[in-house]
Amino acid sequence: MSAAELVTGAVRILLPVLLALVAGGLVLLAMGADPLAYYGYVVERGLLSRTGLEASVTRMAPLLLIAAGLIVAFRAGLWNLGVDGQFLLAAVVVAALAPALAPAVPHWLMVPVCFAVAFAVGAVWSVIPAFLKAVHGINEIIATLMMSFLGVGLANILIKLVFFDPATTVPQTATLAVEDRLARLGATTVHWGVLLGVAAVLAVHWLMGHTALGLRLQIVGSSPRAAIHAGINLRRLTFVAFALGAGLAGVGGAADVMGVHGTVQADWNPAYGILVIPLVFLARFNGWGVIAFVFGFAVLMIGGESAARRVGVPTFFVLVLVALLLLFLAVVEYLDHERRRRRAA
Amino acid sequence: MNAAAAATDDIAIAFSGITKRFPGVVANDGISLAFRRGEVHALLGENGAGKSTLIGIMSGMLAPDEGRIEVDGRATRLSSPADALRLGIGTVFQHMMLVPGLTVLENLMLGAPWWRLRSRSRALARFRELAGLLSVDPDPDAPVGRLSPGEQQQVEIMRALWHGGRVLILDEPTSMLTPKGVAELGAVVRRLRDHGVAVVFVTHKLREAHALADRISVLRRGRVVGALGPEQLRAMGEAEVLDAVVAMMFGRTERADALGEVLAGGVGAGPALRPVDRTRPPRLVLSGVSTVGARGECALAGVSLKVWPGEVLGIAGVDGNGQKHLAEVLAGQRPVSAGSIMLDGREIAALGVPARRALGVRYVTDERLDEGIAGEHPVAVNLVLKEIGRPPLWRAGIARWGAINAHARDLICAHDVRTPSERTPIAWLSGGNIQKVLLARELSPDATLVVLGKPTHGLDLQTTRLARERIRNGAGARDAALVVISNELEELLETCHRIAVLDRGTIRGIVDNRPDAERAVGRLMTGIAHAA
Repeated sequence: MSAAELVTGAVRILLPVLLALVAGGLVLLAMGADPLAYYGYVVERGLLSRTGLEASVTRMAPLLLIAAGLIVAFRAGLWNLGVDGQFLLAAVVVAALAPALAPAVPHWLMVPVCFAVAFAVGAVWSVIPAFLKAVHGINEIIATLMMSFLGVGLANILIKLVFFDPATTVPQTATLAVEDRLARLGATTVHWGVLLGVAAVLAVHWLMGHTALGLRLQIVGSSPRAAIHAGINLRRLTFVAFALGAGLAGVGGAADVMGVHGTVQADWNPAYGILVIPLVFLARFNGWGVIAFVFGFAVLMIGGESAARRVGVPTFFVLVLVALLLLFLAVVEYLDHERRRRRAA
Repeated sequence: MNAAAAATDDIAIAFSGITKRFPGVVANDGISLAFRRGEVHALLGENGAGKSTLIGIMSGMLAPDEGRIEVDGRATRLSSPADALRLGIGTVFQHMMLVPGLTVLENLMLGAPWWRLRSRSRALARFRELAGLLSVDPDPDAPVGRLSPGEQQQVEIMRALWHGGRVLILDEPTSMLTPKGVAELGAVVRRLRDHGVAVVFVTHKLREAHALADRISVLRRGRVVGALGPEQLRAMGEAEVLDAVVAMMFGRTERADALGEVLAGGVGAGPALRPVDRTRPPRLVLSGVSTVGARGECALAGVSLKVWPGEVLGIAGVDGNGQKHLAEVLAGQRPVSAGSIMLDGREIAALGVPARRALGVRYVTDERLDEGIAGEHPVAVNLVLKEIGRPPLWRAGIARWGAINAHARDLICAHDVRTPSERTPIAWLSGGNIQKVLLARELSPDATLVVLGKPTHGLDLQTTRLARERIRNGAGARDAALVVISNELEELLETCHRIAVLDRGTIRGIVDNRPDAERAVGRLMTGIAHAA
C-alpha cells in the first residue's frame, strides 16, 4: 500500500468521525448546550477518570464479541441485522443457567459451558434466516430483523413466565452471585470477557485472512457465482457464516451477563447490535480498526451518559451522534466512489 | 440509391474532428465521419482502434473532448444516453445492457416517459412485430437473467429497434449468432436500411462487413485510416476488398497476410489436426444425460456422447440450446436429473467440482467476468480459486500466502499475463488478460477432460489465432478429451475432429470434420437433415 493510499484510507475513516462530531456540536448548540463542554465531559468521564475508563473498557466486551460476529457475516456478504435478538436470547438463557449451575459445578467448568450454550442459542436463532437465504434465496435483511423482534419478545416471555426469580418484585432472572461472575483483571473492575472479545476479533481477523474457510467466505460474499463455479458449497457456508456471526453475538450476551449484570431484567435491551454495525463498516472489517473504534465508541457511551446529564441534554444524544456518523460515512463513501469513478473515466 | 449523389441532407449523423482522450491514450484522434440514411456503414478496426469510444460518443455515453456532432445537419450535444435515444439513436452494445431481474417485455418497456401508462398489450404487439422481423422467439415473460447470452443479445437488438430509429448502432452484433442467424440479421439490417435507417455496423469480421456494408471505414489507433465507398465496393471483388481493408487495418502487408487469414475466416488449407486413436477406450462417455432447467432455460434431454483421448469435440448450435447446461454438467457445477457421465470408466455424475478437478476435469467458462473470476480478489487468489484449502498451498486449512503468491508469479510469467502484480485485483485487468488467467488456471498437462466455452469470444485477432492453435494442440494437456462449445462454426471447423450439433437440449447429430462438414453441420442446425 502506498503512502497516498494510506492517507486516503485514513481520511475515509476519520473524516466521517470528524464531521459527525462537528454536526453533533451544531445540534448541541441548537439545543442551547455547550458542545465543547459536552465533549469535554465525555472525554473526562469516559476516558480520563479511572472509574470511567474501567467502565468504558468493560463495555467493550459485548461490543467486541458482536463486532467479531458481524465481521464474519458481512465479509461473507450476509446482512445479519438480527444481532439484538441473538444477543438477548443468549443472555437470558445464560442468566437462567449460570446461577443454577454455579452451586453444582466448579467455576472453571460453569463459565465455558455457559459460553458454549450462549453460542449455540445465538447460532440456533440464525438457522431460520440462513435456511431461507441458502435454500430459497430470501433476503436475509428482512428475515434477520424479523427474527430479532421475535427473539427479543421470546426473551421477555422467558423472563416473565419461565425464568423469573420469585424473590424479586420486578420480573428478572435469578442473580448470579458476585463471586461466581467472570474474574476481574488485577485490581480493576474490568472482567476478562474484554480479553475474550479482543481475542475473538483478532481470531476472526486471522480466520478471514489466513484460512481456507475465511477465503471461501469472502468469495461467497463478493462473487457468489464464482464460488459456485469453483465448487464452493454456497449453502453450507451460508449456514456457517450465519452460525458464527450469531453465535459470537450470543457469547457477547453471556459475557455481559456473567461479567457485569449477573441477571437480566424484563424489557432490558441495550440494542448493541445496531450500534456496532456502523463501527464495523467504518473499520472496513479490519480487526484492529474494529478494536480501536469499539474503544472510542465505548468511551462515548459511558462518557456520554454523564455528559448528557451535566449539560442537560437527553442521554440518547449518543444515538444522534451514531446516526450522524452513519450519515457522513455514507456521504464520504459516495464522494470517494465518485472520485474513483472520475479518475477511472 | 446512389450515395455518390447524396446531398448533405442525406446525412443522419456527422462527426467532425472528434477527439477523446483517456489517461495515457488518445482513443479518438480527430475523427470525421458521416453516416447516411439508408446506408449500412461498417466500422472496422482491431481491438483498441477506437471503435468502442466512437460508439460511446454516438450513443451519448461519453462526451468528446473536442469536435462537433451534427444530427440532421444541426449541431447537437449528446450529453446522455437518453438524449441519443430521444434523437432515435439506438445502440446494441457488445456487453449486456439489460436488467437481469426484469422480464424481456419489462426490459423493452423501460425508458418510456413516466407519465405514459404502460400498456402490456401494445408492448406485446410491438414485441411480436420485432420478433417476427428478427425471426426469433424468446419468451416475453422470462427474466432476462435466465436467458443465454445469445438470446439476451436478441432482446438487445429488439430494444434498440423499439423506438423506431434514425441510427442503429450494432457493436459486434454477430458474435453470438449462428450463420443462419447472421443471415437473418443481415436481412433485418437491409430492411431497416431500405426504411431509411442509418445502420452503423462494428465488427471484426471482414466477410460480414463485406456482405452487409454499403460503405466501410477503417480505424487504427484512434484515426480514420481508410474508407471504401459504395461504388468502390461494387466495383471490387470480395478478395480485393478484404486485401484492401486488411492493409488499412494493419498497415504492414506481411503481418496482414497471417491475420487476414483469421479475419476472413480460415481461408486456405484445412488445419492440421492431431490424429486420434479410436481403438483406445473413450475417455468421456455421456449416456442419456438430462438436467432440469429454470423457466426460460433450455435443459438437456438425453444427451449421449463419446470423446476419445486427444480428441477435440465441437458443440455447435445457437446459444440457449443447452450449451450452458452441458458445460456445467461436465464441470460438476450442475446436477444431472438422469443419465451417467463416465470419465476413464469411472462414474463421476455424483461428484462435485473439487472432486472432478482432482480427476483432471477443467472448465474454462465463457462467462469470464460473471463466474470465472472473483473480481475484487487478487490475481493470485483467482489463479487458485478452485484449489482453495488443498495442499500444498494450504496446510491444514491455513493459507501459505508466500507459496500462493510465488505460484501466481510463475503462472503470470509462463502465460504472459500483463498485470502490475499478483496482488492486483483481477477486475482491474483487461479482458484478454483475464482470459489468460483463466487459461493458466484451467490448462495443465495432467488434465483429462477440458471443457472450453466460447474460447475466443471477445479476443483480438492475434490472440484468437494463438488460442485456436493451442486448442488444436490439445490445450496444454497430454491426452485430454476436449469439448469446445462455440457458436462460431468457423472456430469449430478449425479446431475440432468432430462436431456435434446441440439443438433444444438434444444432440441432433455428430459430423466428422471433413471438407463437407460445414454444410453437414448447417443442415443439422437448420433442421434440414438428421445425421445417421
